[in-house]
Amino acid sequence: MKRNLPLLITFLVGTLIIFAEFIPHKPFGNLSGGLETWFMIISGFAILLGQLNLIKVNTIKISRKAPNWQYYIICIVSFAAMVIAGILWGTRDQTGILKNSQGVVSWLGLKPFDYFFKYFFENLSATMFSLLAFFVASASYRAFRARSLESTLLLIAAVIVMLGRTTIGSWLTGWVPESLTYLHIPQVAQFVIKYFQTTGQRAIMICAGLGIVGSSVRIILGIERSYLGGK
Amino acid sequence: MKKIILLFFLIFIFSLPLLSNEISVSAFDEPNDDGSAIVLEWEYDLVDVQSIIIEKSKDNSTFIEIVRLPITDTNFTDEENIETGTTYHYKISFIDFDGALLASKTISAKATAQWFNTSKIPLLLMLLIVGIAILYFIYHARKGKKLYIRRIAGLDTIGEAVGRATELGKPILFVPGIGDLDNIQTLAGLNILGHLAQKVAQYDSTIHVPVSRSMVLSTAREIVKESYLKVGRPDAFNPDSVYYLTDDQFGYVAGVDGIIIREKPAATFYLGAFYAESLILAETGHESGAIQIAGTAMPAQIPFFVAACDYTLIGEELFAASAYLSQDPQQLGCLKGQDVGKAIIMVTIVAGIILEIFGIHFLKDFLAS
Repeated sequence: MKRNLPLLITFLVGTLIIFAEFIPHKPFGNLSGGLETWFMIISGFAILLGQLNLIKVNTIKISRKAPNWQYYIICIVSFAAMVIAGILWGTRDQTGILKNSQGVVSWLGLKPFDYFFKYFFENLSATMFSLLAFFVASASYRAFRARSLESTLLLIAAVIVMLGRTTIGSWLTGWVPESLTYLHIPQVAQFVIKYFQTTGQRAIMICAGLGIVGSSVRIILGIERSYLGGK
Repeated sequence: MKKIILLFFLIFIFSLPLLSNEISVSAFDEPNDDGSAIVLEWEYDLVDVQSIIIEKSKDNSTFIEIVRLPITDTNFTDEENIETGTTYHYKISFIDFDGALLASKTISAKATAQWFNTSKIPLLLMLLIVGIAILYFIYHARKGKKLYIRRIAGLDTIGEAVGRATELGKPILFVPGIGDLDNIQTLAGLNILGHLAQKVAQYDSTIHVPVSRSMVLSTAREIVKESYLKVGRPDAFNPDSVYYLTDDQFGYVAGVDGIIIREKPAATFYLGAFYAESLILAETGHESGAIQIAGTAMPAQIPFFVAACDYTLIGEELFAASAYLSQDPQQLGCLKGQDVGKAIIMVTIVAGIILEIFGIHFLKDFLAS
């Protein structure tokens, strides 16, 4: 029963969703929207589960003095600060327990939760995202080494596209006469993106789409049960 | 004189339809919907029109303005408070620059709900063909027919990666992406986690599964627990090996990068839905010297994984992984069915190209419908 009930629910809901895709009549038409709302509600409750787990895992590491345990204190303190700031003074759109937050707002310029979010969290997020630029450079360096015919072709295509997307591309081939505009680097780069890249991406998307159909069929029919922890 | 009067009379009579045709208005039920919309379309041959006012009434006597449109608009879909089966009356008025009424026309329509969306016939057809093919091959697989599946190097390496981690005494890191449980890529990743966790339990190695969604947390933990149970080592299961970091994309990246730097895993697996964080994770893993296996169906992230990881499961390979690892005949049958779908798509594309070259647009129009 512990296994069969989830499988039965999966089968019924999965089949219903497939039928609903082709039936606009009520109640089928808005069925998937309703189920998505259910999912949002369940995942809203589940957030509490995640937060409790975060506290538990970090507290254990601090209490056991695990390597680098000081960092886990920072995590717990940051988490607690955001929760307390949110509960006491609320956020930009919500009022907190202390309904009048004018004093703290006149001091910080924002409610504490929004202040932390804007001046700590957003900057930290942006810093992490900025790492991408450096990692793109290091990954490109490895990927574009001309070791074989394929990687050489990749290198040539990459150089053309990179030049074509900058002003250098236009500058390098600006002298080419009007009748040969198809040789302009930006035009060639556009050609590579439009035909080679799009073709490859579409092939991946079509195959992934079929993979999704196959996976869905396996899950709906109960053939695939790994997500339930095996057979 | 009589002839002149008769001529003018005839001109007047014959011009009446022309005069009335200055405005042509139609109202009809929105096709393929649940009976909650009415479409209005109009054409006019008036000069000095500045705006078009649409008024609505239920009883055909009291009209309330619902929208004022520019002259460039030629249709309007009313979706506000439309009840299925009720007739609504619309007055479409054409207003000049001085705000004076140039012409108006009243028209009625009833919204009805449809039981089948005819615009999705191509999708239904494709679904039926692929579905039947999948069921056909599953049936034959059940009967014991041997089905060939090509090698997927990334999946063959799982055992090797776990063995290496055990030898080095280092953990294994599994990242299920930042998608929630409603994303099929996350489910595909979690399916692989089940197989991986079994290997980890068999080799008595350790695994870290940091997640970014609470729902994934409970599912992943259950999967790992069941895997340990399956190989007869429930005592070795550590519930804290699957843990939540944060829902935030870059907060999660920071957390996982920290784990990679501190724990120095021998093998890292990135299997699921990934966005801009893919390369940050994969490059950090590469720098730490881990053997890396990635898989996603996000076309924009695949090049990053290919550049930074040792093995990459591209698109469909991620979804085929579970079948490949389990070698379950029914699941392999399902993969064969998918291949039939792929063959049909290839034939359709070639046929479409040939037909378009010859100026026959039937197939394109049918599929685009």
